[in-house]
Order: sequence, then structure tokens, then C-alpha cells
Amino acid sequence: MSVPVPLAPPRRLVEVTVDGRPVRVPEGSTILDACRALAIDTPTLCYAPNLTPVNACRVCVVEITGARTLVPACSRPVEAGMEIATDTERVRHSRRLVMELLGSSVDLSLAGEDWERWTRAYGADPERFGARMDPLPAGERDRRRAGHHHEPEDPTVAESVAQPVTIDNELYVRDYARCVLCYRCVEACGEDAQHTFAIAVAGRGFDARISTEFAVPLDESACVYCGNCIGVCPTGALMAKREHDLRREGSWDESRQRITTTICPYCGVGCELEVHVQDDEIVKVTSPADHDITRGHLCIKGRFGFAYVGRRDERSASRRDRADPAP
Amino acid sequence: MVGLATVFGAGGGTSSYEEVEHTDLILLWGSNARAAHPIFFHHVLKGIRAGARLIVVDPRRTESAAFADLWLGIDVGTDVALSNTIAREIIHADLHDTTFIARATDGFDAYAASVEPWTLDRGAAVTGVPASVIREVAHAYAKADRAMICWTLGITEHHNAVDNVLALINLGLLTGHVGRYGSGLNPLRGQNNVQGGGDMGAIPNKLTGFQDIERDHEARARFERAWGRPIMPRYGWHLTAMFEAMERGELTAVYCIGENPVSSEADATRARKLLENLDTLIVQDIFMTKTAEIADVVLPAANSAFESEGTVTNSERRVQRVRKALDPPGNARDDIWILAQLARRLGWDWGDVTAYDAWEEVRSLSPMHRGMSWRRLEELGGIQWPCPDEDHPGTQFLHARLWAEDPAERGPRAPFSVVVDEPPVDELTEEYPIRLTTGRRLDSYNTGVQTGAYTSPLRRPEAIELSPHDAAELGVVEGERVLVSSRRGEVVAPVHISAALRPGLAFMTMHFPDEVETNRLTIDATDPKSGTAEFKATAIRIDRLETAPGDGLARAGR
Repeated sequence: MSVPVPLAPPRRLVEVTVDGRPVRVPEGSTILDACRALAIDTPTLCYAPNLTPVNACRVCVVEITGARTLVPACSRPVEAGMEIATDTERVRHSRRLVMELLGSSVDLSLAGEDWERWTRAYGADPERFGARMDPLPAGERDRRRAGHHHEPEDPTVAESVAQPVTIDNELYVRDYARCVLCYRCVEACGEDAQHTFAIAVAGRGFDARISTEFAVPLDESACVYCGNCIGVCPTGALMAKREHDLRREGSWDESRQRITTTICPYCGVGCELEVHVQDDEIVKVTSPADHDITRGHLCIKGRFGFAYVGRRDERSASRRDRADPAP
Repeated sequence: MVGLATVFGAGGGTSSYEEVEHTDLILLWGSNARAAHPIFFHHVLKGIRAGARLIVVDPRRTESAAFADLWLGIDVGTDVALSNTIAREIIHADLHDTTFIARATDGFDAYAASVEPWTLDRGAAVTGVPASVIREVAHAYAKADRAMICWTLGITEHHNAVDNVLALINLGLLTGHVGRYGSGLNPLRGQNNVQGGGDMGAIPNKLTGFQDIERDHEARARFERAWGRPIMPRYGWHLTAMFEAMERGELTAVYCIGENPVSSEADATRARKLLENLDTLIVQDIFMTKTAEIADVVLPAANSAFESEGTVTNSERRVQRVRKALDPPGNARDDIWILAQLARRLGWDWGDVTAYDAWEEVRSLSPMHRGMSWRRLEELGGIQWPCPDEDHPGTQFLHARLWAEDPAERGPRAPFSVVVDEPPVDELTEEYPIRLTTGRRLDSYNTGVQTGAYTSPLRRPEAIELSPHDAAELGVVEGERVLVSSRRGEVVAPVHISAALRPGLAFMTMHFPDEVETNRLTIDATDPKSGTAEFKATAIRIDRLETAPGDGLARAGR
């Protein structure tokens, strides 16, 4: 080909050691990349491969020789000669404490098998801060003012974010009792993908929460229901309503689900869809984070517009029943 | 597709989505990609964040325009005038790429002469865009290191659709913004397999792989050998020509697969009448559409995205695999199975033909698809045509040959096209003073047969969208039902006041034909070359249904 295609400049390899083992990774790689190159199982929660790291959860921290503080592996680039330790007492203690604090205040039961494994591996005991607080009434946390700290009513009870699920539309629910404030939804709604900026973190400290502007209901916000926030949520706090309903009635069963990859039937962009089918019904649609057209993100039609597939008999029937006013 | 095929020999967008992220200027012309191609727009946003300028040309101040550096709110149907004015300014400012023009193009002098009358002032007067803005766009586009023009139905749903496309291609040729990484000319396809339909030969003048039926004798002979049948060396009809042939009584039987012309055709009343008058209408669809309701035979089909195996081609020429996730309901059957059964009843046994078999035949007959084995399509996540052999990675951007040093490698020159500004057919008069244009909403699609089934919180009823100025002039308020009439028909629709519209411009969608049959208003004036109807430019008038002032206000409860 006579016309050059500008490629990214070639990257040198940088050698570092992780837990004493040498590894060479391309410059610009993160410590997490280096750990994964050595198959070192590193817990992450706020990190997602299709989003910019925000260093919110601190569960991936590692120790670097010569550094005063622990550093987040998911965002810190490697430097030549860096000596990284992932299994020191300081690292283990810090990771365990993060898991315990999150586990005591947030419902992490849908955070996935990896999270469960890490919690066991680090011996995290979220119960040690006391019994779980009763859920707050709906809207209570949204009303709290930034900076107005309150004393716990009962010091034997662990403060928590437990509250009822917000169900205000037919497409997705917001279960903030499961929210770890990882910022992934904010990033996906904002600069990393959708650029809609319907949500942000409001409040400070323990009262921080994900909110629309002035906590208005979703349908008055800028939300365009692309569901890219659901796509990146690691804990099930944001969930398609269909999945939520099936889980509530106890019929959601991933072991009976089959995932098929196909192409979205709507516009001509060619977004790859992962179609989750349970009992001959499409129960969820996602897109792979490593697909270079979508990078895991979809629009409202691609993510939610599949209801027609299973409803053809019903719709045809209703069409026949309805008198057509046209001549 | 016709415009690109005429100039370059291949009817496909020239660039890849990835290049949009690395370009310096994106000219979105007649496209509201933010709503109609949301995930393509994610790539545009990445480009903007990397420093690209976004310029949007659209009569409406759309969601896409909200992200733009410049919005050119042109009068509907003046795209050729705008393009010619930009071209003249580029030439007069000496910003055109004379080397590229001399080496790789043809017909520059005639083209330059044809745009000469298009001074900035004349362009401004015709298009409604200020002269200084046209000048800025001309200079920005010509001076950009890499620049892209992307368009959709705002360009092609006009009676002079092909001229509109040619006018945009001219700009690419003038500045050398084609055939290089990050510089290209890209139609964004509105439906998931519009590109694939063209690739496969579902257009009147081409066999599979854009091989010309009349002129490419070698290709035709190859198909005849494979199929054991002679192929008539003449072009067929496009959809609009088919309707004309129905009118003349020449076309009496139609087999309609996956299309709903009763709802989607411009001038719907005429379309329905012509289809009803056919001797035979066979409809193969996943729904009992309005067209299916008037058919003699309905063949229930499997859904092509979720219940079938096969391939589609997207707007960056990427052939992608679709896979079966579900069994079709009831007696619905796969399209290929239905076609094979039909062939058998007609005395031609294809055996148990599968999507894989069909694809292998495509590869054997279409050189640009030859290297795309199903295994490679799986492994590479789709391949961009042309891909002539199994060692070929696919083609990221087209027409790099135009930049080759060696004239032999450079191949045929890309011709400039002299295009003449023609106003929309449906004239604005005192009787019909308002210009109605149409488009899509984010959460809906075409005639709504698919999107109508899911509950969207964004959905609001069909409405006639008016500018605040026109609403005030007419004395109508939000939600008030008004009579909308064109020279062909009338509908009643509620008013929605939209600040995205300028005075004299109205907007409707096609999404809710059960509520408001927008296509009773639209004109079926069509482009003679592509057959696309002028959905984007209808002359209408608005009449109040109730005369008492404030009536609508009271009813809306405000």
C-alpha cells in the first residue's frame, strides 16, 4: 500500500519485578497489567477494561519499594526497575480492610464469584464492625446535606447504605443498597462513553451517593436510557428491570442461560450483541468490552429493544383485533 | 451507494470508525448521528476529545449539533448550493490540492467553472447560512490535515439524492480528503444490512460484489456457470421504478421480503392502492405488517438477527456474523429455507441449503469477499471488504491507490461531477408555506414495528414539531391537535414546540403510523438514479382545529 497508515509509535518493553519475579511489559502498561502477565490474582472492583481508572476503591493496592504510600495497581504505570510487592502484610491488611468496610456497609451479594473468592482469600470479615443497620427509608440518603456528619445512633450497629430499590421506569432499576461508589456508571454516562452526564457523585464522605442533578427523578434528568451504566456496574446496583424481576421471583438462573453473539438488528453501525437466553426468552443483552465498535457500550434500542422478538404472536393478534381506521 | 459507485467504482464508505477518532475535522452533513447512530457517535466523541472539530450541517439544531463547533442550519434541499459555494471558496483561496487533482482526478476545469457563480453571498442567500460561516467551513475543511465527511438520509432522501452525494464527493476530491487514513467520505447506513444488501447484489444493476450486470461480461459468465442458467444482461428496477411499473400495469406480482412499504413509502395512499391492485402480493416478514395484511400469501419468517445464521455488512464495510440465539416461533422459518422450498416447488432442487453454503457461494463468485472464510470472520470479529484472499487482512480504508506514485497502480481517475442546485420538488407557496422534514428519534426505528414492543421512558406520541416562532404565529400551543395538510393528504397531529427548529421548518417522524400516518403527507418525487424518495422536503400548511383562542391551552391543563 502506497499510503502509510499512522500506527501508534512502537513501545519499548520495561522490566519490573513483581513479588521478586521479573516480567517485561510494554511501557505505559499498568502494574495491574504486569501482575496479570504473571497470573497474579489481583482483586479489583472499580477498574474496568473499557473505562479510565478512577482509583476509587483502593482494593488493588500494591507496595512499591521506595514509595511512601501504597499505590493502586490499576492506574499506576510501570517504570523500569520498579520493585512491586502484592503479598506483603501491609498490602494484605489494606486490601482486607477495604473489603470489610465495603462488605459491612454495602450489599455485595451480586458482586460476582471473583469478589467472593477474594473476600475468602483475604480473610475479610465484614461482620466485625457490628450488625447490619436496618434499611433507611427511600429518599433519606438523597436528602442528606454535604458535610453534615451525624453520630451513629447505636455504636454496635454498622452504618450501611441499605435502602429500598428505586424502580421508576420499565428499563432499569437502581438498587443503591448495592452501590460501592466505584464511579464506573458516572464514567460511562460521562466522558468515557456516552457524554450524557445524567449522573454524578453527590454529597461527601459516607453520605456520598450517585445522583441525578438535584436528585430529580430519572425521567426529568438528562438520562437517555442507553443502559451503559448497567453494563459497567460491578455489584448489581444498576440492573435491567427484566433481570431484577426474574431475580425477585427466583427464576433468574445463569446456569440455564446461553449467550449467543450476534449483530444488532437496528441501524447500520454493526454493534455486536451478546444475547442472554433463558428458557427460550431473551432475558438480557450486553456487548463485549473488547469489541472495537462498541467497547461494551450500546444505545437504548440495542440494549433494550428486543422485546418484539418474543412477542410476535401476541402483537400480530392485537393488530388483527384492532380495527384499522385507514381505508 | 450510487454516488460512491459512480465515482470510485465501489459503493461503500471509504473509512473505518477507528479513523474518526484520529481525524482533525468531522463534517456531519445531513446526519443526526447522536440519535440515529449513537455508537458511531461515541467514536465521533472520542475524535472530538482528541482535538477534532465537529461541524454539523442540518436544517435542525439536533442533538448532534449540540456537540459541534459550528452548526450550519441550512434550508432544506440546498445541500448542492452549499457544497458548490464551499468549493468555490476553496478554489478562490487557493486551498485545493492541485497535485492530487492533477494526478488522480478528472474533470476539474469543468467543475471549477460550474461552481464559479457560487459566490459566498449567493450561497448565503440560497442556503440561509451566513457567508462568514460558509467561508470558515471551507477553510477549515481544506486546511485540515485529515478530514471526514459523514452523511445519512438528510443527503439521500431527496429527489436529487445522487447529486447531493456527488456534491460531497467533489469536496473530498478537491482537497484530497479521500484515500488516506483519517480522510474519507462515509455514508452511515440506516439499517443493519443496507450495505450488505448492496454487497450481495440486492440492487438493480449489480451482481454480488458490485459486479455490473450489463457491463461485466466475465462476472456474468461466472454466475451463469455457477447457477447453470443464463442471466439477462440488463438492469432491473429499483423500488420506486417498481411502483411506477405497477402503475403502468407492467409489474403484477411482488414478492416482498422484510419490508413494509404500505407504511414506509412516501405518499402512502398511492403505495397502498398500487399494492392492493397487484395480481399477486407475497409478503415474507416476521410481523403481520400493514403490507402483510393486504397480501395474498404471508410467509412467516425467522428474525434475521436472533433466529438465523448468516452475515451482515456494516457502515465501515465490515462483514460480521449473525448467529441464531432462539428458535423462531410457531411456523416461522428461516428466510433461506423458505427460498429453497419455493425453488423446489418451482422445479429447482437446491438441496438442504444453509447460510454457510450460501456464504461459500458468495466467496466463490465475488472476488472482494473471497478471503472471508467463516473461520476468519469469527477470529477477526468481522472483515472489511475488499478481502481478496485468505492472507489479506481486509481493507481499513478505500482508494489508497489514488495516492500511488506509479500511474499504473493509481488506476482510473476519480471524476469530478458537475452538479446543479435544484430546489425540492414540493414547492413552498402561500398555500403550503411550511417546510416539513422527517427523521428518527433515538428510541424508535422506522415504522415502529420493532421498537413499538418495548417500553421506552423517552417515548412521546407522534407530533408535528414546530418552531416557537411558527407556533406563536399560528396561535397554537403545546399538545394542541392541528390539521397538517400537504398537496397529497392530511393528518391530524398534536403540536410539539421545539427550539431545534427555525421559523418555517417543521418536523415529524415515521415511527408511529398507527397514530399519525406521516407518509400521507410526503411526496414520492424520487431520484431517477437511486430511486430514493424525497422524504426530507414536503410543503405543508397547518390549520387549527378549534378557533377559540386559549382553547388548546385549557385542554392541555396549563
